[in-house]
Parts: sequence; C-alpha cells; structure tokens
Amino acid sequence: MEKQVVFRSAWLPYALVAPQVAITIIFFFWPAAQAVWYSFQLQDAFGLKTQFVGLQNFATLFEDSNYLESFKVTAVFSALVGFFGIAISLLLATMADRVVRGAMAYKTLLIWPYAVAPAIAGVLWAFLFAPSIGIVTYVLKGMGVDWNWIIKGDQAMLLVVIAAVWNQISYNFLFFLAGLQSIPRSLIEAASIDGASPTRRFWTIVFPLLSPTTFFLLVVNTVYAFFSTFGIIDTTTQGGPSQATQILVYKVYHDGVKASDLGGSSAQSVILMIIVIALTVVQFRYVERKVQY
Amino acid sequence: MVENRPWLNAFAHGVLIVGVIVVAFPVYVTFIASTLTLEQTLQVPMQLLPGDQLLQNYAQVLGAGSHKGSKAAVSQMLLNSLVMALAIPIGKIAISILSSFAIVYFRFPLRMFFFWMIFVTLMLPVEVRIIPTFQVVASLGMLNTYAGLTIPLIASATATFLFRQFFLTVPGELVEAARIDGAGPMRFFWDVLMPLSKTSIAALFVIQFIYGWNQYLWPLLITTDESMYTTVIGIKRMIVGSDSANEWNLIMATAILAMLPPAVVVLAMQKWFVKGLVDTEK
Amino acid sequence: MNRRFIQLTAAALTTLAATWPAQAQTEIQWWHSMGGALGEALNGLADKFNASQKDYKVVATYKGQYPESMTAAIAAFRAGNAPHLLQVFEVGTATMMAAKGAIVPVATVMANANEPFDPHAYLPTVVGYYTDLKGNMLSFPFNSSTVMFYINKDAFKKAGLDPNKAPKTWKEVLAAAEKLKASGQECVYTTSWPSWMHIENFSAWHNVPIGTKQNGMGGLDTVFTINSPLHVRHIAMLGDMAKKGLFTYAGRTNQGDAKFSSGECAMFTGSAGAQAGIKKAAKFDWSINFIPYHDDVKGAPQNSIIGGASVWVMGGKKPEEYKGVAKFMAFLSRPEIQMEWHTTTGYVPITQASYELTRKSGYYDKNPGADMPVKQLTNKPPTENSKGLRFGNFVQGRTVIEEELEAVFAGKKDAKTALDDAVRRGNEILRQFEAANK
Repeated sequence: MEKQVVFRSAWLPYALVAPQVAITIIFFFWPAAQAVWYSFQLQDAFGLKTQFVGLQNFATLFEDSNYLESFKVTAVFSALVGFFGIAISLLLATMADRVVRGAMAYKTLLIWPYAVAPAIAGVLWAFLFAPSIGIVTYVLKGMGVDWNWIIKGDQAMLLVVIAAVWNQISYNFLFFLAGLQSIPRSLIEAASIDGASPTRRFWTIVFPLLSPTTFFLLVVNTVYAFFSTFGIIDTTTQGGPSQATQILVYKVYHDGVKASDLGGSSAQSVILMIIVIALTVVQFRYVERKVQY
Repeated sequence: MVENRPWLNAFAHGVLIVGVIVVAFPVYVTFIASTLTLEQTLQVPMQLLPGDQLLQNYAQVLGAGSHKGSKAAVSQMLLNSLVMALAIPIGKIAISILSSFAIVYFRFPLRMFFFWMIFVTLMLPVEVRIIPTFQVVASLGMLNTYAGLTIPLIASATATFLFRQFFLTVPGELVEAARIDGAGPMRFFWDVLMPLSKTSIAALFVIQFIYGWNQYLWPLLITTDESMYTTVIGIKRMIVGSDSANEWNLIMATAILAMLPPAVVVLAMQKWFVKGLVDTEK
Repeated sequence: MNRRFIQLTAAALTTLAATWPAQAQTEIQWWHSMGGALGEALNGLADKFNASQKDYKVVATYKGQYPESMTAAIAAFRAGNAPHLLQVFEVGTATMMAAKGAIVPVATVMANANEPFDPHAYLPTVVGYYTDLKGNMLSFPFNSSTVMFYINKDAFKKAGLDPNKAPKTWKEVLAAAEKLKASGQECVYTTSWPSWMHIENFSAWHNVPIGTKQNGMGGLDTVFTINSPLHVRHIAMLGDMAKKGLFTYAGRTNQGDAKFSSGECAMFTGSAGAQAGIKKAAKFDWSINFIPYHDDVKGAPQNSIIGGASVWVMGGKKPEEYKGVAKFMAFLSRPEIQMEWHTTTGYVPITQASYELTRKSGYYDKNPGADMPVKQLTNKPPTENSKGLRFGNFVQGRTVIEEELEAVFAGKKDAKTALDDAVRRGNEILRQFEAANK
C-alpha cells in the first residue's frame, strides 16, 4: 500500500476525496446510522410518537416464527442457487476449456445473460412457468406434473432458483474459465502421460486447483442470492405463497414499505448488515489471498 | 486438450450446445411473445415461431405503454434507464479515480481513515439501508428526480479499489520523471495516469453501465411518477394481475427493449466486460 | 415612431395579453392509486371540478399502488410536503386514524369551511367503516365496493344447472360444483381477495365478529376471533374443495378476476368493481349475485362490508386550501357526480340520493345486477359485527391471514391449526400497533 514516491500538498488530497466522502457520509453512513437508531425505537407509521425500546424489536424478531422462517428460506435459497449455479457453470466451463473450435462463440453465447437484470430474469421465467399459459407448464402437465407455483411453495422456490441460477451462469462461467485457463498445462500433460483418464485428471488435479475460485464464487453467489435477487422475487412470487420465497431482504422491504413498520424493518436491516459484514470479512481475509487469475 | 478423444469432444460440444440453448431459450420465447397478439400469447401452447405484430407491439409500448397496466411510454423509460446507465458509471469513475489518486499518491492525515470509510461501504449494499436512505433522499427533495436516482449510487468502494490496485502497479519512475519535469500532481494525473488507466476505465464503465441500467430496488423505491420509471421498473408496473390478465405481448416487448442495450454493450465490448468483472473482484 | 415599431409593439402586447397567466389558483394535490380505466375516470372527476369553478385546481397524481402511495405520503409528510388528499385503502384506516397530527377528519374540514354536510345522507354501511364511534366521518368513502358472487351462465347450462338460479347457500354451491366438474369444467370456483371474502366478509355476512371490541372500532386492545368453530368449519370446507379440485386458488389479490372473465372458472367471488373488466372481456353470459351463506347459521345473511379506499385529508395545510378541499368533497357527494362514478366504475354510490337518482334513471333496469352490491350492503341494518373493521397494521394482519389460508389450500395445514396460528400471529401485530400508538 505504500508508495515511495508521493506528492505533498496541504489541501489537494482533501479536495480529491471530498466528493466520494461526502456522498458516502450522506447516503451510506447517515442512513445506516438511522437504521440502527430506528431499530431501537417503536414508532407509529407517521413518526408522530416514538418510544425508545432498546433491543425489544430484535427480541420480537427472534421470537417471530415468520422471521426465523425467512432465515431458513434465505439459507435454502442461497444454498440451492450457489450449488446449482456453480455446478452447472463448472460443467460448462470445463467443456468450453476443452473444445478448440468455436470456443469464442460458446463463450460469447454464454456470457450475455449477465446483461439481463434479475427482475427481468424473473419475469421471463415466470412467463415460461405461468400456471395457465406457460410453455414449460404445458410440457410439465403433459408429463403429469401438476404445476402451480401460486399455491405450491416448493414449486415457487424452484422457479426463483431457476431464474437466479440462469442469471448467474455467465458470471460463474467466466471465473471458472479464467481459473481453468490458468492451470499449467504441464500438470495436465504429466498426469495424462501417467495414464490418467480425463475424468481422473479433473477430480484429482483440476478441481482441487480450482478450489479457491470455487470458494470465491460460493461467497459471491451467496451475497448475490441474499441481495441481488430482490428483483426476481418482487416480479414473480413476492415472497409467497405462504412465505415460501420470503427471503430476508424481501421481508425488510415488505415490512418497511408495504406495512410501514419502521422499527421492525430497521431491526431486520441491522441484522442483515451484520451478515453482510461477516460475509465480506470472509471474502477478503480467506478468499482474496488465494484466488489466482 | 491434451489428447484427442473424439467422443469426449463430441460430448463437450453437446453439453455446450445444450447450455447455449437453455440459456437462450427464455429470451427466444420472450422475443416470440413480443411479436404476437395478446390472444396468441394466451394460447396454450404458445407458438414458437415469430408472429406478425412486431412493429405494432413495439410501437405501442414505446409510445403509450400497455393498455391495462401502466400507460407510461417505454420510450421515456428507455431514456431514464439511459440516464442512470450513463450517469452512474461516469459519476462513479470520476469520484473514485480522484479519491484513489489521493489515497495512493499523497500522504495526509486521515488518509487511512478515509480509505477504511470507503471500504466499509462494501458492507452496506442499498438493500440493508432501504428505508432510511429513502427518507434521506425524500427529505432532500430528491424523490422522482434523476439526481435521486443516480447520486446515492455513485459512491462505491469497488471502483476505488480497482483504481488503487492499478495505481500501485504504475512504476515509481514515472512519478519521479514528472517531478523532475516540474509537473504538479494534477498535471501528472492528467498527462500520465489517466492515459494509462484507459483500459481500467473502459472495463469499469462497461460493468457499471449494466449495473446502472439494471437497477431495480432503488428506482422502485424512489420513483412514483410515471415519467421517471426506468425500463426495468416499467415492466413490473405492467404486470397487473394473474397470468391470464397480463398483456404478455406488450410486457415481453418491453422486456426485449430492456435487455437490448446491456446485451449489446456486453457483446460489443466483451473484452473490457470480462476484464472489468475479473478486475473488480480482486 | 415608425409604423413598424408600433406594429411590433402591438403584436408583442397582444401576445403578452393572450399568454398572461390566469389568476393564481389554489392547487390541491391529490395522490391516488387508480390506474388504467379507473384512473381515467378519476381524472375526469378532477377535470369536471376544475372546470366548474375558478378558485381551486385539483391536481390528481397516480402514485403507484396503495402500499407504495402510502409509503410515499408518509415520507412526504415527514419531509414536510405531503399532498392535501391521499387515497388510502380500507386496511390502512386504523393507521391513518391513529395519526392524529397527520390527518384532519373530513367532518372537521367540512365544518371549518362551512360546507353543508349531512352525515345522514350517506349510506350507513358505506360510511360506517370510515366513521368514528361518535359518528364523525373521518375520511371520504371514495371508491367502495363489496364482494359479489359471479356465475358463468353458459357453463351452468352446459352442466345441466338452471343458469338463472345462482346458488344461494354454500350447500348449493357444493352441489353445483360437483355437477360443473362432472360436465368437464376444469376450474369450478375461484376467488379474489381470499381474506376479504372468506374471513372478513364471511364474518359480517354471518353476523359473527372478526375481532373483539366491535371489530376493533372500540379500542386498540382488540383481539382476533376468526378461529371460531364456524370459521374453522368454513375454511375446512374450502380446503376440502381444493383437495377435490372444486376450488382453485388464484392468489392474494384480484388474480381471480381474469380466471373468471376468461371462462376458465365457472363460479367466482370478487369485487363488484370487477364487473367493468368482466363486461369487456367475458365472451359468455354471466350474472352477479349475493355471496353464498351457510343457511344453518342464525342471522345469516346479514350484510356485507365494503372494501376499496377512502380519501383522507392530510394535516398541516393552509385554511384557504382546506376550503378548496371541502368544496371538492361537496362536489364529489353530488348525486349526479356519484351516479356517473358509480355507473362508470362499478363502485357503489355513497349517498341515498345518488342511489335513488341512479334508480330513477333506469340504469338498473338496463343493467340488471348493477344494484346488487348496494342491495347486499344494505341487506339488513348493520350490527356491531358488520359495520366494517378497524385493525392496526392490518396490511400485515391480512398478509398473515392469507399465508395461513394458503397453507390450508395447499393441504399443508388443517383449518383449525391455520386459523389458530392466524389469530396468534395476528394478535402479535395488533399488540405492536397498540404499543406504538398508546
């Protein structure tokens, strides 16, 4: 971090950092501090009466089976998104690494879903899976599956997982591809000369060498599943049915905006902040060191 | 590829082709739906070949939105999305490159303090401070304004880190040379550092363009005026009922319009896009 | 001076005179949540008012759906620039009522502005929801509807049922459902707004309470009573129907409307306001009827309660502006204006006079069934169980009820457990509201 050659000036550095620091204070720290402050208050919707209640909002949250359910839903959701997102992308990246002809074309064709907003990904897949008119629904019904995610919670979860995984494939794919291409060919060749089959080589050499990338993607996908999937949930299930897809961030939004429950929503925000901080710490301390490009 | 195994190659191609098809399928269906009439989209199963309503549907949404849902013209929404998609990267890059420059190339009290302050914002995505940020913006009178849509989103740590990372790799000799020539810090910045940073800036621009264009939660919170909707939000507002009550052909036309610019950017600037993704995660 | 100069000056002055701004009007900001055709009708009302006088101008702005509009208004209020008028859905009544500094009761506004205002001119069931126990009108019942029972007459004919005899009791509904299913109808019955229909209106229609203290109107310390044996029996019946394929759940809001108007479902309970959409989209013969009841319950059918929204007057404005608000409310209460709103949108007329005027105009003869909503609302004089409800944070309360109902319809919970859970979770929300508004 230290550079030997520096400039000296009494005022210039401050002027240079001022815009960013100003915006950071006004739009990050001030609201975050307010969230913490509100989480200790009990208020009516209009803020006309406020009472300081200490940690009571938090206690209420942890006694609320809805909130605990929301934790569970979020955990399940991010586990599914992480697992399938990584597995499918790894498969695609390994195959793409292998082919010589058309590699660029495949790469181009597989990375553009990154450009699609999660909210739109949700709309697209909801259309395909629409209980009455969706094309995939039609095929499923033909196979005897009773598809109706409006009433079946597990199906609703499946829908949002599919949309989220689809959205994230490009990102995971790119990192795996880069990771694969940085593995020294000499290692692979040596193993092949020893008689190892491609599958053996993959599991004993490639996969372990990819583990930093995998771990890194796991953390990133978890953060993605926690936060960026808000758009998917809002345009499709809105947390339903019966809370089956009520991820934590959606509950914060619902309670704050739709139900005007400022104290509860702020307390949830504070808890989410703690989770993000933990995830970020993990990402920086344990992962960044080891990922190779 | 180490040895030549034809069946494995065929398998690899097979998997990749299936992957490409699965990835493209939803968008293909969306495109088809955007060329049909409403009745045709409600047919089960919906046809998989393009219809003839392409011009009508797109003209309709661009001019006057949907019939049953929001009537806001998508052309206005595209403009709003564009404003966000341009203002955010430009703003972000501008203030981040300046603060990175200050943090890397100067010694001053509070330097580390500012650095950590910016770092901490990584842990505060907008989703964890929704309501208070909304209130701050409301009390500043910035609801339903371009300023409100963009300014809160331009202070970011990732851009600052990217530039810092890059600046650390710039050889010290260049600074020495500038000093010897009598150039001040800002001259150094403009004449030496900026040109060197071009690829990083381009990479960051691509990623942030997509980020700005695809913003959902923030515009959802602070825009209630139809004239300020972004395209992504506009789609949500067109979905008014259950699956058979929505005007899917128009919704899908809007979705295609919403996906097009970022997709074009990704494909046309693929190299920078990949670099941007990879670099910002370092 | 030369002629050219005079000509130019004359032209300039004429232009100036023509574009000189009209006398400054007092603007009244109205935030609402009516989109589409309803929004156009609403704008029509505002335009009419503006054209009818020169002192005030009502500016109506669509602010998103009810929850978003309310959030925006709350934030605006906290920032000091709330609108004058805010359309708030009926479940927000308790929240608005408790915000004593933020709102001004309509009765007070009218009195202060010396606008003639006779509370008795309004239909009791409509107004009762938005009136305090002393009889003061708190908000203006702008768009009220009630839940009705629609049947697809063509589907009935096909199943061998008399299309002109819609089922009156739930027993008859079940019998018709079996026949419809047998005739090949895939979706037999669906509903919009499940909580509004099957818990709230169900209770009122059978003259049983939804909660203590007159459904919450009598105090913040109310508790829910929706797990009574009658409620459990009814929801269990629905769960059973769902299992047998006789009831298709459509979602929490008005998603059932499209299922009926597309012909997919043969019987349907939904808002009276759905009529407009059904009229446009349905390609079959249909009728609108009273909602079914259990004929072994004493006192049923009582009367149904309204849903929809009312217009609240926000506090902190200038007296001159409130005068304009009062004039606008008086305008909205005029029989001809009410009649126009009622006949265009399907929402119920709110005054006796407008109801009479519509009847005299022959509208109900030409449109049989259009007066069913009012008839159902005024079926019997309301009791303390059927004036409406007023529960704090009822947005969350309704969500809880809907979640528990969904569990029953999906076969995950039995009715008794679900309703007990709904009561328990709902009461927690009520206690929170009580604590925050003491």
